[in-house]
Amino acid sequence: MTDMSMSPMNQMGKPILRREDQRFLTGNGQYTDDIHLQRETAGVFLRSPHAHARIKSIKLEAAQKSPGVIAIFTGQDLADAKVNGLPCGWLINNKDGTPMKEPAHPCLAQGKVRHVGDQVALIVAETQWQARDAAELIEVDYEVLTAVVDTAGANSATTLVHDDVPGNLCYDWGHGDKAATEAAFAKAAHVTKLSFVNNRLIPNAMEPRAAIASYTKHDDSYTLHVANQNPHVERLLMCAFVLGLPESKVRVIAPDVGGGFGSKIFLYAEDVALVWASKRVGRPIKWTAERSESFLTDAHGRDHVSTAEMAMDANGKFLALRVSTTANMGAYLSTFASAVPTILYATLLAGQYATPAIYVEVKAVFTNTAPVDAYRGAGRPEATYLVERIVEQCAREMKIDPVEIRRRNFIKTFPYATPVGLTYDVGDYDATLTKVLKLADVAGYPARKAASAKNGKLRGLGYSCYIEACGIAPSNIAGALGARAGLFEAGEVRVHPTGTVTIFTGSHSHGQGHETTFAQVVASKLGIPIENVEIVHGDTGRVLFGMGTYGSRSLAVGGTAIVKAVDKVIAKGKKIAAHLLEAADTDIVFENGEFKVAGTDKKVPFAQVSLTAYVPHNYPLDKLEPGLNENAFYDPANFTFPAGSYVCEVEVDPATGVTEVCAFSAVDDFGNIVNPMIVEGQVHGGIAQGLGQALLESCIYDKETGQLLTGSYMDYAMPRADDLPSFKVDNCVTPCSHNPLGVKGCGEAGAIGAPPALINAITDALGVRDLEMPATRERVWRAAQARA
Amino acid sequence: MTVSVTLTVNGKAASASVDPRMLLVHLLRDQLQLTGTHVGCDTAQCGACTIHLNGRAVKACSMLAVQANGANVTTIEGLTGKGDKMHPMQEAFRDCHGLQCGFCTPGMVMSACQLLADNPKPTEAEIRAGLEGNICRCTGYHNIVKAVQQAAAQA
Repeated sequence: MTDMSMSPMNQMGKPILRREDQRFLTGNGQYTDDIHLQRETAGVFLRSPHAHARIKSIKLEAAQKSPGVIAIFTGQDLADAKVNGLPCGWLINNKDGTPMKEPAHPCLAQGKVRHVGDQVALIVAETQWQARDAAELIEVDYEVLTAVVDTAGANSATTLVHDDVPGNLCYDWGHGDKAATEAAFAKAAHVTKLSFVNNRLIPNAMEPRAAIASYTKHDDSYTLHVANQNPHVERLLMCAFVLGLPESKVRVIAPDVGGGFGSKIFLYAEDVALVWASKRVGRPIKWTAERSESFLTDAHGRDHVSTAEMAMDANGKFLALRVSTTANMGAYLSTFASAVPTILYATLLAGQYATPAIYVEVKAVFTNTAPVDAYRGAGRPEATYLVERIVEQCAREMKIDPVEIRRRNFIKTFPYATPVGLTYDVGDYDATLTKVLKLADVAGYPARKAASAKNGKLRGLGYSCYIEACGIAPSNIAGALGARAGLFEAGEVRVHPTGTVTIFTGSHSHGQGHETTFAQVVASKLGIPIENVEIVHGDTGRVLFGMGTYGSRSLAVGGTAIVKAVDKVIAKGKKIAAHLLEAADTDIVFENGEFKVAGTDKKVPFAQVSLTAYVPHNYPLDKLEPGLNENAFYDPANFTFPAGSYVCEVEVDPATGVTEVCAFSAVDDFGNIVNPMIVEGQVHGGIAQGLGQALLESCIYDKETGQLLTGSYMDYAMPRADDLPSFKVDNCVTPCSHNPLGVKGCGEAGAIGAPPALINAITDALGVRDLEMPATRERVWRAAQARA
Repeated sequence: MTVSVTLTVNGKAASASVDPRMLLVHLLRDQLQLTGTHVGCDTAQCGACTIHLNGRAVKACSMLAVQANGANVTTIEGLTGKGDKMHPMQEAFRDCHGLQCGFCTPGMVMSACQLLADNPKPTEAEIRAGLEGNICRCTGYHNIVKAVQQAAAQA
């Protein structure tokens, strides 16, 4: 790799202001709903008002006659056209080796509806009002069935969500060494046991999902504009598994996307129905979800019920961890749903600790609720919550300081192979913990606690030392674990004749600032001004391929693909420069944007080499192709392992149950950092979502009817500015050992690490063992009263 | 049935023929092509559609287009000066990294301007309380608060 540290164009590690901000701040962003295509029609989905019902009949006549209506489609139309259901991208096998159950997931309901909001019909009309008016006129005769709602009770429910899935059991999976774990428990001096509910969340990206599907007759092709995090994956799944179209005839464009947090990874039924219908209608169809539809139909997150037991010796050394979890899949398997409570969860249960034996069992169940899939952190927040809550409880029961018990059990030598299948390459957990203790002024805590007590308040301090696996993923490992896709990334560096550069990346930015960060990397490597680097993403018609953005993978995987392509450009540039400078290829070095003959003052700038590549008059045409354009695919050698230590300090008013988050301190190790301003912003946002889960947010379905009770911002408590403090954020660096940038990923850390820190703080303040998330005022008040 | 509406938007006269049930936000977005004003919810909670109506910040989803007849409306597009020169509040959001995906941003900026108009030197707590009607899912509000503080300090 070229040493970029000395270049005057070096932008690495600098808090460069974001290049995308001008358009967003001036109202010139272009999100899907901002786009209008010629002859566009409006699509509206009629959705099930019932959680579980048989469709006895659908009468369309009155709606079809309604003004402006162009067409109405139902599940029968899709079945007649042999449109398949949505696929699941990850196969999980049961303990006995048999495959998980994958019930049909039709794009429009066929025979039954299985959750409130399940799509029943697509109405296409001249205007959205006309489509909505027509939807009101469709008569669906439902036979309402008993709804399966409760996660823990789904397996024993007598009602089946899918007739072909006994016990509503998607899979019954186990991971780790059961015998070694049992043996360790048998000799334990003490066992700490806790039960957990990891509360169900609704992602709530601020831009609701939206799509415009259009069909062009002249070349028999489709274009889908869609609010999505990975347009190539969307296209692949839609073409190969659902519609049977060649990818060459389908272009998927994900323009500016207003947040994703996982919820826009997936192939959704609406997208497919719109693409299919666009050919039937012969005009573009636009659909934009109302927020109510987002609540009902965006893939939700979390929803685990678990018990965990930690076996320790007399000194508080962890001997073994035993976990049993039931995970709610919702009504259908969403794109990566099956991997979240298994591959992305069980493999993280070692945390930062050298626990020698771990065994986990996971049952995944179907219920009459919206599908559940990856949401910021995806499995890793669930693992971290469980590990960091039980570690804190272990400390309390063993009467060991919570910092000390962590230090006593930290992994200290690397690489470290955990008993749950991962190999951590680097880390320094003592360093982040030591730093956060200072940042949080833990030394001054007793005085603050005493001051609170004088005011009748209870102060508490909670820790969380998280680890996550990012940079997803080595394709061969993922494949062996059941992934039905590769998990590499692609990049292209197109050097233009004048020396400006366009980068095409398979990563997708929906708030992460790739247009800035990626340009910093490329400008630094090529020694050219950042203004000369353009980043293009989110369009299968322009970008060669991509696996997209999720799992904090963009810089570690997508960025590395770009670096590899840049290295190829430099390698070719050296050959061109050697010709121009009449030197041997091997004597050429590339520094500060110039190709030089080593040890001489002979040199040629980057832009002259690029011009020569496109105007090859003086050029070694006999052995080198003209042009300067390189692609690279990068498949990571390992996951990356961001880790950190968080401290949360709260003050609880036992009289009202009000919890004030007085301070939140985070020290993360993301490896090398390209743009510290952007990284801090990612941490802030992650912490806010983590504190949202722990303090405020909860998706609640009525246990009897399966109606969503938290279906709007008036019922679902989103964190608002006055719910949160300003955060104290710092970092330590152990560079990732297996990618050239030494980066690990920062997008999910806050959401993973924050919840246990907050709950550990509140339970510390109250002196109680159990407190369910979210720690609402009522729950905290009740816990405080029980304590009194 | 349609109703004609005449109003001033970003300093220019605008008129449109609208369905009586049309919301002001849809008049701005769909008929006047001012797509910087966003729709993030359907219960007047998120604030992504915040504009200035006769000098006051309002949620453009919470009134009908016909109710804006004769009104003077400023949207995020109108906050930007000549030659794309950004308003100090827009500058502050960029300087402080007060935005990520950008979707809540126009409404947040419009609300923040109102906040400083009402209270030029707010405390952090006052800023947080003042922005309570605008939801951001990306930033955790930390840098939005800093941006408002910067804009206040420069005013």
